[in-house]
Amino acid sequence: MTRYSFGTITAMLTVIAWRNVWRNHRRTLIMLGAIAVGVWAMIWLTAIMRGMVDQMITDSIKNLIAHVQIHAPAYRDDPSIANSMPAPSDSLQQALQDPAIQTWSTRVRVPAVISSERESAGVTLVGISPLREREMLFLAGAVTDGRYLQSPRDDGVIIGAKLAERLETRLGWRIVIMSQDPDNDIVDRGFRVVGIFDTEMEATETSYVFTGLQSAQEFLKMGSQVSELAVLTNDYRHEQPIVDKLRDAAPDLEVLPWQEIDKYLATMLNVVEGFVWVWFIVVFIAMSFGLVNTLLMAVFERTREIGLIQALGMKPRLILLQVLIESFFLLSVGLVFGNLLSWLSIIPIQDGWDISALGVEGLEYAGMSTMLYPVVQASDVILSNVVVIVLGLIASLYPAWRAARHVPVEAITRI
Amino acid sequence: MSTVICKQLSKVFGEGELAVHALSDIDLDIQSGSFACLSGPSGSGKTTLLNLIGGLDTPTHGEITVAEQRVDRMNKAQLANMRLHHIGFVFQAYNLIPVLTAQENVEFVMQLQGMHHSQRAEKSRSILNEVGLSGMENRRPAEMSGGQQQRVAVARALVSEPDLVLADEPTANLDSHTAENLMDLLVDLNQRHGTTFIISTHDKLVMSYAKRLIKMRDGKIEDDGSRQSVS
Ligand SMILES: Nc1ncnc2c1ncn2[C@@H]1O[C@H](COP(=O)(O)OP(=O)(O)OP(=O)(O)O)[C@@H](O)[C@H]1O
Ligand SMILES: [Mg+2]
Repeated sequence: MTRYSFGTITAMLTVIAWRNVWRNHRRTLIMLGAIAVGVWAMIWLTAIMRGMVDQMITDSIKNLIAHVQIHAPAYRDDPSIANSMPAPSDSLQQALQDPAIQTWSTRVRVPAVISSERESAGVTLVGISPLREREMLFLAGAVTDGRYLQSPRDDGVIIGAKLAERLETRLGWRIVIMSQDPDNDIVDRGFRVVGIFDTEMEATETSYVFTGLQSAQEFLKMGSQVSELAVLTNDYRHEQPIVDKLRDAAPDLEVLPWQEIDKYLATMLNVVEGFVWVWFIVVFIAMSFGLVNTLLMAVFERTREIGLIQALGMKPRLILLQVLIESFFLLSVGLVFGNLLSWLSIIPIQDGWDISALGVEGLEYAGMSTMLYPVVQASDVILSNVVVIVLGLIASLYPAWRAARHVPVEAITRI
Repeated sequence: MSTVICKQLSKVFGEGELAVHALSDIDLDIQSGSFACLSGPSGSGKTTLLNLIGGLDTPTHGEITVAEQRVDRMNKAQLANMRLHHIGFVFQAYNLIPVLTAQENVEFVMQLQGMHHSQRAEKSRSILNEVGLSGMENRRPAEMSGGQQQRVAVARALVSEPDLVLADEPTANLDSHTAENLMDLLVDLNQRHGTTFIISTHDKLVMSYAKRLIKMRDGKIEDDGSRQSVS
């Protein structure tokens, strides 16, 4: 048996493979273009899609969901005033100091009936600490008429534009809110409408009425009790450690991440994850047809040459290796261009891309914003590159095998 | 000592009515250091015989021994090793790897053998010099004439000092002057290195260089200029 010096041989195969890549410029450039566009399609479109979903989740999270909610255990089954909880304990407050928590706030959230002189409607009355909610709740940015709440003591109410329309009331007018106190006695009180909010979702506009936290507590005679504690973390994807920590700090309360509060939204995120894979595979398959075809053509053109090197004593597996190295060069040069292209096409839109300019108008009705912020995840970039290289090499096995299989005598002596 | 021994060697292509008996019962013994020529009309089996001796094809019947090894009993990998370490080839055309320079083409076989870089460079330069190509080391095949390319092929066939060089119509694409130069070179190398040569040809000029002329017809040896050497 011969002792092949693997390093020497690989070095030689590498030189030959690299030069072979550039033998047919036109074909190579077309192939590189195809790989580059393929990789771009993987990275760029995934970033856009993730951006859209991110936007959707962020929007939904601001719609009274937040990242983590804490309630009395029975609140979710029966969100009445009876299932409220005390203001956060010292140990819970301690836990809420965590640097991974951006902000938190307590809320009163009870069913109520709102009436104007003409109409009445069932709503959810929400008492908030307006300053703490600025980042966590959509409301601060949605008041189109009048003003936002000023403090927990603020006893004005903010209602949705659609609700104002139904109640035939307007800014500055008074409405009456009726609910129950903890003793099941009816309480009612007049409030002045100090603000009207406008959102992309009609249901939100007709369902929620906001006032100051303390003013709600006084009105409902609940002392310092609250309905929920909402927490905003730094990243909605990594709220689980916080959830665990808060559970430890408040063992007698129910601590829920947003995925459990809004299961639909959580499913969305998983679907995207799966879609990324499907998308990568689809793009890859399209690309691999070109790749396999290019390599087969190259191998076919070089039948005689391959016969020659085989006649000279090069073993079939080295010929296989040479074609694979050639494919690796094609793939990696293509990848370099693809990544560059992706980067160049994301730079101009990284601070937001107004897609209303593209005429995508349905979005607003679907409750989505028209500003798109692409989200480039390192894992997507790595995955797309790995998919292309690994599956690309696997696809190249066929042409490589075809090359290695040539019978030397036929290839070299038949002209 | 014999470099090549063929006994009862036959090669049949195809089967049944379509069968072609390219070689029938060839007995041949080539002594070490021979400079033998195979001649004969087209289709007489010259290429087939060279391919069998070189392990590029397998016989239907018979034995082939090259450098004391039974070529007919080898598997593909063993044949590849045999070619790599014991046999040098010069084909009629398409001898060189287009993307490699003259020197790289010559070094190719040594690289496959795993020879160290410095040794390779030295050997390839000196053999290119010997075949009269010094100064052309860095040319690619496309930048050389047919005769120069054949000389590179000869250099490559000889550089790893094989026991046997098989050349199938090496002058077929060359003009007579270039062919003569090439033959002078081969004879010179044969004399100085003692390498065994078997050269197939139609060319009278080439035959005139032969120390032993083997004439073939219809897959048989019709006349062997040194039949006396066969035991
Ligand atoms: N792969 C093959 N399949 C079928 N028949 C073949 C094959 N190779 C050679 N032959 C036949 O075998 C016979 C010998 O062919 P070979 O190529 O050895 O002749 P040759 O003496 O080299 O001829 P030339 O001088 O034209 O090169 C011919 O009849 C040829 O047609
Ligand atoms: Mg022939």
